Amino acid sequence: MKFAVLVFPGSNCDVDMYHAIKDELGEEVEYVWHSETSLDGFDGVLVPGGFSYGDYLRCGAMANQSNIMTALKEFAAAGKPVLGVCNGFQILTEAGLLPGALLRNKNLKFMCRTVTLNVENNNTLFTNQYAAGEQIEIPIAHGEGNYYCDEETLASLQANNQIVFTYDNNPNGSLQNIAGIINEQGNVLGMMPHPERAANEIVGGADGLKLFTSIVKQWREQHVNN
Amino acid sequence: MKKVKIYVTLKESILDPQGSAVKGSLEKIGYGEVADVRIGKYLEVTIADTDRDVDTIVKEMCEKVLTNTVIENYRYEIEEA
Repeated sequence: MKFAVLVFPGSNCDVDMYHAIKDELGEEVEYVWHSETSLDGFDGVLVPGGFSYGDYLRCGAMANQSNIMTALKEFAAAGKPVLGVCNGFQILTEAGLLPGALLRNKNLKFMCRTVTLNVENNNTLFTNQYAAGEQIEIPIAHGEGNYYCDEETLASLQANNQIVFTYDNNPNGSLQNIAGIINEQGNVLGMMPHPERAANEIVGGADGLKLFTSIVKQWREQHVNN
Repeated sequence: MKKVKIYVTLKESILDPQGSAVKGSLEKIGYGEVADVRIGKYLEVTIADTDRDVDTIVKEMCEKVLTNTVIENYRYEIEEA
């Protein structure tokens, strides 16, 4: 399976994402600069964390105007897997690929620590290697991770099981403790916590690795004849 | 040339913790009559002479980039520059 890691000016988790795929997962991965116009040849796209365009105007607002976003929207519409982490999640909401928005943390602090997440939906291409209700330890590092959407959107997220991860102890004031959501089609996941920073015990935990092995497992089942 | 003054505010349903912190500070220094503070953004966009309808393009820019309509409202004034 071949992954693309999108890179914008100010992305800073792109190298961690690349490392998780290449060295921990053992799959193919390439960086794709924001000015590129095609994602042909890739099977999955990872939108990494950081501070694209210095968070100017709003987090993700400038990145959403990049050339590569047109290709990303087509890629997502084709049902292929797209994962946005942290600033990547913010970019996906700005792009309208996921509903809602990420607001300033309720306590106005930049939160940087490992948190416990509940796997609310393990029936997705990103979470099939987790047990239902499993608790996992994943680091967060954000100042604007307070998920918000209107009541109607929340009702539809709940009705369609689109809330994939929740915080066990809400660090940022997010609605319904939401840490990560998936689109209705089930191929675009956005989450504030960083699974790529928890891909090896040597850095304090490997609970994030199963998210990536889930993607690969699903892809192999669909594309590889044994 | 036109100067467009754009005011972006958080929707009423959105909590503004930054505004609350500022309100707390104002109260602390003796302005107990402050009932609420909401913080927004102000943009000045200067537009060169164009055949396109300025009102239309300002609305487009606000909806596409300058604001996030999930969480923000906007209003604007167009002046001769």
